[in-house]
Amino acid sequence: MSEQRNHDNYPARVDSADDLGIMAETERTRQQQFKNRVFVCMGTACQSCGSADVLAALKKAAEAGGDETSCLVSKGGCQGNCAAAPLVSLQPQDRLYQHVKSEDAQVLINSISDQSVVAKELVCDNKAPFFEKQKRVVTEFRGLIDPERVEEYIAVGGFEPLMRAVSEMTPEQVIQEMRKSGLRGRGGAGYPTGLKWSTVAKSPGAHRYVICNADEGDPGAFMNRSVLEDYPFRVLEGMIIAAYAVGADHGYVYVRAEYPLAVERVEAALKSIRKIGLLGNNIGGTKFSFDAEVRLGAGAFVCGEETALISSIEGGRGLPRPRPPYPAESGLWGCPTLINNVETYANVPVIMQRGADWYSAIGTEKCKGTKTFALSGRVKNTGLVEVPLGTTLQEVIFDIGGGVPDGHAFKAVQTGGPAGGCIPATLLDTPIDYESLQALGSFMGSGGMIVMDDTSCMVDVAKFFMQFCMSESCGKCVPCRVGTVHLHDMLDRMTKGESSMEELEMMESLCDMVKDTSLCGLGQGAPNPVVSTLKFFRGEYLAHILNHNCPAGVCAPVGEDLRRPACAL
Amino acid sequence: MCARGRRSAEACMRVVTLTINGHDVSGRDDETVLDVSRAHEIEIPTLCQLDGISAWGGCRLCLVEIEGKPKLQPACTTVVSEDMVILTESAKLKSYRKMIIEMLFTEGNHICSVCVSNGNCELQHMAQSLGVDHVRLPYLYPKREVDATHERFVFDGNRCILCTRCVRVCDEVEGAHTWDIQGRGINSKLITDLGTPWGESTSCTSCGKCVEACPTGALFEKGKGAGEMTKEPQFLSYLAEMKKAKESE
Amino acid sequence: MTLSSANPISKAIAPPSDDKRWRIVNVTMRRLGYSPSALIETLHAVQKSFGYLDEPAMRYVARSLHVPLSKVYGVATFYSHFRLKPEGLHTCVVCLGTACYIKGSAKLLAAAEQCGRIRAAETTADGKMSLLTARCVGACGIAPAVVFDGLVLGGLTPEATKERIEAWLK
Repeated sequence: MSEQRNHDNYPARVDSADDLGIMAETERTRQQQFKNRVFVCMGTACQSCGSADVLAALKKAAEAGGDETSCLVSKGGCQGNCAAAPLVSLQPQDRLYQHVKSEDAQVLINSISDQSVVAKELVCDNKAPFFEKQKRVVTEFRGLIDPERVEEYIAVGGFEPLMRAVSEMTPEQVIQEMRKSGLRGRGGAGYPTGLKWSTVAKSPGAHRYVICNADEGDPGAFMNRSVLEDYPFRVLEGMIIAAYAVGADHGYVYVRAEYPLAVERVEAALKSIRKIGLLGNNIGGTKFSFDAEVRLGAGAFVCGEETALISSIEGGRGLPRPRPPYPAESGLWGCPTLINNVETYANVPVIMQRGADWYSAIGTEKCKGTKTFALSGRVKNTGLVEVPLGTTLQEVIFDIGGGVPDGHAFKAVQTGGPAGGCIPATLLDTPIDYESLQALGSFMGSGGMIVMDDTSCMVDVAKFFMQFCMSESCGKCVPCRVGTVHLHDMLDRMTKGESSMEELEMMESLCDMVKDTSLCGLGQGAPNPVVSTLKFFRGEYLAHILNHNCPAGVCAPVGEDLRRPACAL
Repeated sequence: MCARGRRSAEACMRVVTLTINGHDVSGRDDETVLDVSRAHEIEIPTLCQLDGISAWGGCRLCLVEIEGKPKLQPACTTVVSEDMVILTESAKLKSYRKMIIEMLFTEGNHICSVCVSNGNCELQHMAQSLGVDHVRLPYLYPKREVDATHERFVFDGNRCILCTRCVRVCDEVEGAHTWDIQGRGINSKLITDLGTPWGESTSCTSCGKCVEACPTGALFEKGKGAGEMTKEPQFLSYLAEMKKAKESE
Repeated sequence: MTLSSANPISKAIAPPSDDKRWRIVNVTMRRLGYSPSALIETLHAVQKSFGYLDEPAMRYVARSLHVPLSKVYGVATFYSHFRLKPEGLHTCVVCLGTACYIKGSAKLLAAAEQCGRIRAAETTADGKMSLLTARCVGACGIAPAVVFDGLVLGGLTPEATKERIEAWLK
């Protein structure tokens, strides 16, 4: 047991479960000094609405306050309903305040003793379906811990699973638990996590690596960003447990450069846990040593693909490699490499803590657990939601999301990013799970869910995604490099009323070819939005091609000929 | 990989039997489908593959159907295994291969009649053997440059199919790594050093291997007229064999 | 064509100038052991310190990490994040992610292009503003989003976008 204490009276190092317990207890005692806690969400959305100023104002107001309103004002995590940013949570009263401005700070502090002083517009109904219908596993802390203090994470039980794993379990036992849980990769493909860990552990090699894929490139997806910003310690704990299970000695967290806050939080978190001995040599006082570092992406969607990601960490262009061999066998520098998504790792500590049986009771038979989704687009309640797998699209979009605003009609929901598809109103009762979505020609993907209404043109949407794939194509293989350009040009001609039925036929044929012959998931998935919208919205395509009009009024105002733009005179 | 030493390494390698197009064949378990096919005179079309340099897997011409695998697999990188059942020709594969060639023709500005490699071009041969007699997609007519600053060679971007054989040869065999690709996707472009003229390159050794490796008339020798450029890249597999023999001494 | 007079494997290579910012770059390279795999992190450090990657910088990084010049150039041009030309005084990044697109960010881009009289990925002639697009900045909950000098703002209209840009260009 480590007897050393640092200046805050916390143990300097965690070399045993006892040390961890002492640190947790010390932190809880510290927190109990304050009767109340105020958490200000510092996620990117809330920050862009000024939450940093709100935090400063609240801190100032709290200092000036008396004993009745004594509270600890901290940075907090995402509350989920980003459309109501900035969000402030008051505990233990469990009140949620929305659209908070710096000027409201004093009133909020006063409201600790007298709830009535707060204007109604500032109060968010946190018992509304948006909150009640979610099941929080990955986001179980509901943003109510300071993301920058490891002590807070430890106070709520953090790192207990890791300590138990490295000091009481064998790597095989850890893998067994992961297999039993039924957890599947949350990056999109849904590959059984336990099986992947087992493969890496068994692959021969002097070194093994563990990589956290935080290159969330799907436009419309921000779940990974949120989880990484709010619960960096949790994600890292999952990674370290994984490293122990597969026998890795070094790891990388590959974060896209467009997420500077997430990068900052992860780097700070790595430093914190290294300092107290939960990372580096002799983790938790055992023989297990593992260290990790951040590697930055640099603006290439293709680097979300695991072999391209590996090429990037190796310092090169993000070019995918033929698989097999899979990274589990031969990955980073030819060594067995485990790559998992942020959310996959975030599920690991809770599975180890509550057990595989508890976890596998959530979800469906083939898809266990919960999934976070970034609900956005034409829906009332945009933000981050977490639901058990198997929940229907209807429930997520209408019960939780509040449906389509401003009197418009729901048209489609796009899932899975640029490799995904659009699902129409007639199929809203589809359960959200890997197999069901794939059967409809869509894809779970990393969790982006974009709602479209009658003001969206499906041909235009298909073109948008193809434009994305075309510009993000790495250029290595011919079908994707050249095929996406032709597919885009065809869609573009369709939106301008310059296409034909022959071209439509050619486009469908080209879609099959690009899907079947491309080297990696980017090219293989690029035709999906086209195929999917053709399947469910063929009428719109025909309207553009044969009648030269856009039913949604996007490619040209409703009723106007696509071929004749507004007169310049 | 066995840790015990070279001779044991050879003993660890096994011979496997498999079926290609209904024919029973055998191969070593470290050989690719392409190696084994060619050893049995079963031709599989390739453009980015070249004996003597690493496999790239980018042209996708060598995709074959393998029983039990839902996706098509590239013959140049897929290693054979016991009881594998492979089909190298089918209506679907033929249709896809033709489309790849057609895409390549639309991507560049390939004008055979004035090209130094006319009659000796792998792209031309591939089109002929696959029966490509017209292109069903619109030509993109990109603006591409010609770099004639090198004293002995010329690079004509109009004819480049981005197979990267020149990049790999320069990196793996010569060791200079003068060539690489700038940008990505459809904007990919072959460059030397920092995107600077080839003639000003500080890394190029003028060995000419890239010219021999290039399947089209994109890289050629100055002074050659239309149809006069012939390439002999066979020396590369000789070099690779000699290197391998030396390393196992 | 001449071979360079400088030995590519010379010791202690001096940075292109005395500028103190090179220290940050050197620290990055040293931290990663001057390994060729440190290329991307190093280019990030250069861009963060100097705003963009110029030829002398790329040559210096290539020599220090023993990476071929064309490989450095290939990496620098592969990733959207890296700039080979200096940026304007102000940067406006319009998010064209799906959620933002659905909520009309294409119109915001059009407004910005019209206002600055430049297209995306260009800088105004007086160097006051660079206009860029991003694939997704992760602020989908407040779509459509635009980043003004690092500050992410959501729920924008074409008019609001124009207003901010006009203020910069005054």
